[in-house]
This record gives sequence, C-alpha cells and structure tokens, in this order.
Amino acid sequence: MKEILKYTMYDVVRSKWAIAYTVFFALLTTTFLLLSRDINSSIISLMSITLVLVPLISTIFSVIYYYNSRDYINLLLAQPVARKSLFLGQYFGIASALAVCIAFGLLVPFFIFNLAGSGLIKSTLTLVGVNIMLTYIFSAIAFFIALKNEDKVRGFGLAIFSWLFFSVIYDGIFIFLLAIFREYPLENMALAGSIFNPINLSRILMLMQLDIAALLGLTGAVFTRFFGQSFGWILAMTMLLLWFVIPLLGIVRRSMTRDF
Amino acid sequence: MFQRAIFFRTILWVCLLAFCTVVSAAEIKVCSDCDHQQIKTAVAQAKSYDTVYVLPGLYAEADIIIDKPLTLIGQGFPRIDASSGKSGLIIRADSVSISGVHIVNVQVSHLDDRAGIRVEDCKEFRLTNNHLTNTFFGIYLQHAKRGIISGNIIKANAKEEMNSGNAIHLWYCNNVEIVANEVSGHRDGIYLEFVKESLIRENLSTNNIRYGLHFMFSDHNEYLDNIFRNNGAGVAVMFSKFINMRNNLFEENWGATSYGLLLKEIYDAEIINNRFIKNCTGIYVEGCTRINYKRNNFEGNGWAIRISGGCVSNEISGNNFIGNSFDLSTNSSSSENSFDGNFWSAYDGYDLDHDGVGDVPYRPVKLFNYIVDQTPEAVVLLRSFFIDLLNFSEKVNPLYTPKGVMDNFPRTVKFNSHD
Repeated sequence: MKEILKYTMYDVVRSKWAIAYTVFFALLTTTFLLLSRDINSSIISLMSITLVLVPLISTIFSVIYYYNSRDYINLLLAQPVARKSLFLGQYFGIASALAVCIAFGLLVPFFIFNLAGSGLIKSTLTLVGVNIMLTYIFSAIAFFIALKNEDKVRGFGLAIFSWLFFSVIYDGIFIFLLAIFREYPLENMALAGSIFNPINLSRILMLMQLDIAALLGLTGAVFTRFFGQSFGWILAMTMLLLWFVIPLLGIVRRSMTRDF
Repeated sequence: MFQRAIFFRTILWVCLLAFCTVVSAAEIKVCSDCDHQQIKTAVAQAKSYDTVYVLPGLYAEADIIIDKPLTLIGQGFPRIDASSGKSGLIIRADSVSISGVHIVNVQVSHLDDRAGIRVEDCKEFRLTNNHLTNTFFGIYLQHAKRGIISGNIIKANAKEEMNSGNAIHLWYCNNVEIVANEVSGHRDGIYLEFVKESLIRENLSTNNIRYGLHFMFSDHNEYLDNIFRNNGAGVAVMFSKFINMRNNLFEENWGATSYGLLLKEIYDAEIINNRFIKNCTGIYVEGCTRINYKRNNFEGNGWAIRISGGCVSNEISGNNFIGNSFDLSTNSSSSENSFDGNFWSAYDGYDLDHDGVGDVPYRPVKLFNYIVDQTPEAVVLLRSFFIDLLNFSEKVNPLYTPKGVMDNFPRTVKFNSHD
C-alpha cells in the first residue's frame, strides 16, 4: 500500500494540474491579502471560494484520475498485490497530494506576508484544516462512485451530482424546511441541519472562529454553546470523520467484490 | 482741596469694595492639619458664596450636604470615600460648583439611587473635572436646570444590569450641558428621562452594559461629536421628539444583540454626518417617523440599517454603505421611506454618461435579507454558495424582495467630504 500511495502521490504532485491548482490558490490568497486591508475579511472571502472549489476539484480530479489509470490498475491487479492496498493506496495518494497542494497554496502566501503572528493564525489554520478534511471526504466519495460505475459518463455525472447535492441542493432543502417550520423554535434544527452536511459544518466551524459569528444572533448563541462543549466538538469531528470513513469502507468492500 | 476729597472718597470706596469681596468669598481650607479636617464641617461653617478648598488626602465621609451656594475645589484630587454612607456629595442649593474631587466607593443599593454626586432641585450648578470611581450612580440629577457637567471621568466595573447604575443620570431636567466627560463600565453611560433642551457634546462612552447614551421621553435635545464604543448598544433613543444627532462615532458595538443606534418610537429627528463602524447592527429602527439620515458612513457593519414595521416618511440619502454584510433589511414591502441617492459598495450597475449616478436602480434588500428577516435561523447559511446563487437569481428577476425599497439614483462614487 505504501509503495502505491507514494507512487500515486508523486504522479499527481508532478502533474501540471496539481501545480496549477497550487498556484491558483496561492494567487487567490495573495490577491485577497493584497486587496483587502482587513485580514479577517480576506479570510472570509477565501473561505467562501474554497468551500465551493475544493470539494468540486477534489471530486472531478479523483474521478478523472481513477478512470485514466484503469489500465495501470488492471496491470497491477495481475500482480501479487492485495486489492485493498492497491485501491486504498491509490485513494490516499490522490487525496494526500491534493491536500498538500491546498496547504501549500493557502499557507505560503500567509507566511510570505508574515502574518503568522497576526492573531489570526487560528482561523487560518482552521481554514486549511477544514479544506484538507473536505479534500479527503470528497475524494473518497468520488473514488467510491468511480469504482462502483464502470461507465465513465455515468460515474462522472454521479460524482458531480454528489458535489452539487452537498453544496447547493442540500441548502435549498434546508432553507425550505426552515421556512415551512418557521413558527417553531428552530435553533436545534438549524444545528442538526448544519452538522449533517460536511460543507455546512466546515463553514460553521470557520465562522465561529471569526467575529462575524455575532451576526448569527440567537442561533449563533446556540451554536457557540454547542461547540463550546467538548461534546459538540466531538460530535462535529465524528460527523466529518463519518463522511470520510463510510465512503472508505465502501471503497474497500467494492474493491473486494468487484469483477475486473 | 476738593480734589483731595474726591481722592480720599475713592480710596474709601475701593477699600470698602475690597473688604466686601473678601467677606463675600472667604476661602476655607480642608486638610489633615488645617482648621477643618472634615469637608462636612467646612461646608457647615462656610457662608454662601465661599470657596472650600480640599487639599490632597483621604476623606472617609459620605452624604456631604451642600445647601448653600458654594464653590468646592479639590486640589490634587482628594479622595472622598463614601462607603460609610449612602451618597457622596448632595447638592441642594443653586449656584454650586464642584471640581477636582475624586469620589470613590458608593455602595450598591436596590432601595435608593445612591450616587457619587446628587443634584436635587436646583439650578446653575457646575460639576467639572471630577473623578468618580465605583460610585453606583455617578452623577445623579433630579429637577435640575441650567447646569454644566464637563470633563468628569466616571468609571465602574458593572457586571450585570440589575446591580449597576448609570454614570450620568438626569431625571426631569432642562438646559443641561454634558460636555467632554468619559464614562465607562456602568449600566448606561448617560441616561436622560424627561429632559429637555439639553446638549451632549464630545463625550466618550465605552464598555457600558446597556447603552452608551439613552433618551427616554426627552424632546428637543442634541448630541454632537461623541464617541460610543463597545457598549451593549451605542445610543438608544426612545419615545422622544426632535433629537439632533450629528458627527458622532458609533464603533465596535459588537455582539449578538448589539446596536450602534437604536431608535424606537421617535419623530422628527436628524441623523447627520455620523460614522457607524463595525457594529453588529448600525441602526435599528422601529416605529419612527420623519427622520432624516444624511451624509452618514456605514462601514463593516453586520446590518447597516434594519427597519422594522411602522416607519413612515424617513429619508435616507447621501450616505455611504461600505462593506456591510447586509446593507438594509426591512419587513415592510411598501415604499413609504426614501432610499435615493446613496453610495452602495455592493452596487454593480453601470453609469454610461459618467454623471456619478448609476443608470439602473439598486435594491439594497437582497433575497437573503428577506429570508433572514422572515426566518432568523436561516442566517446559518450566511456566506454559502447557495445563498449567492439565490441572491443572483432574485436580482435578475425580483419576486420576493420589497418592490418599493430601492435606490433610484445610486451614486457610483463614494461621498468623500462629510463636513
């Protein structure tokens, strides 16, 4: 597994796309830091963009990489390599490579501008951490979908749909439900709704770090209390972990049973 | 001979006059080794229009009643510790002037309004350059008129509304000038109830639990050039008419229920040339009529202005709205208020003839503002991709946002000079 992980990671990191991805984030961060005098608001803008792009790119990249390396997979399958370590190695290779790209793209400008001591180091690190988690989660989901669907077009479509669901459709249903039940106290429902979606949860975790959290009013107070307790944090982290572990188990099971 | 007579007569008159002045304004000193060791005895001995000098030292005295016109001057801020009684100084005569004293430790009471300096039923008073520290109420005025409160520094450490008083408290007063005071850590910084024709100028009000400045049933007042920072709400104006608010700075009143300026049931007010910077809500308006908002700056607030129902004939023009999370939020769909001629940093229209006025109207109420107003919990979707999509589609084809609420002549250039 280690060898395959290493090989895949090198392969991804060396590719033009990974470099473009890193450079894109580095430029984006630099631009926001330069344009806005307020670092706080540049972090918020960065958050809005990364929470859309990181899941999307992780999804697309993983699917494409899987389908493109099918010949290579078939070749390896003919060798005495355990299926589990082959597919897990490949998945972790892709996801880790993307995570490294993100971390570099976001952090390097922060260090170039020497903002490590600006008191916003915590929110910056949260931003990076949240994006790394999202990379692992959405790569896992996409990899699982690709593994399950022999048909490229279908697999690609489903993967894109999974991204669309979490970043758009989910929120639509959520806001619709809130509007229907607005006569009732909804703080706990809003809390539950935000926890089940990794993108929403990441955004809330970010907002709580910044002083914009005060805008959330009463709901925000409920959130602050919830995440202030260790139970809340553990639950939030467990949810993120579940979104990562469940597709991973799917990958393992599917790779065992699939007929290549 | 005749000239000599005049000369002597003049001398006589001058002597007499000098004698009179000496008599009328005797000076009495209070210190540990003066004739008077206590302020109380000095005040009791003093005649009207005397001057009492209090030299540096610690005076453990409370409830010092001043019932004749006196000037009391502290030198080097003598400390008056009032922990043994109810209040510090109690003024019950006209033309009293107090300056340079440092009053500390008035005990909290739930039965009576204890204060560092109480002014009861009198006029022409001057309270200048005093320090008051941990005095339940700082300066407390009832039925007082034509006085000046200036240059005082009033500090406390209030933790909760129930157990704290106001730094400067006025009840049934008129023509009072409150100038250049620093008030912090109280319930309200400055509180006015049934106060008329008074002026509040150049004060600094910070870290008060409730409001920096609070008007109740107080008409025809003005407050200018003040700074309100990090209070529960900067200023609350309630049930008052003809209030003039100019050149103030409302800053960092930040918290889930914090406002820069809170207006409730007020009429005919002017809000001109103020700056609202980084408040959770810049101005919250409820039931207000005929109010002019002109040449104000709203920067980096959560909500710049929130207007709730029952607001008619308000005019909002010539203001800058820069980088607020929500520029405007209103739950009324009618167009009884005017929003024309402002600069909105979120405006993305065009100006083909370059006359500084955008060619398409601007709608400051986005769909998300509307949704949050209807369902406050939806605010958890703040900054999400879905909300951006939603706002965009609503902008292209407005269905829900109030039709009348728009700026027909949005400025494309920021208003610069605000003088």
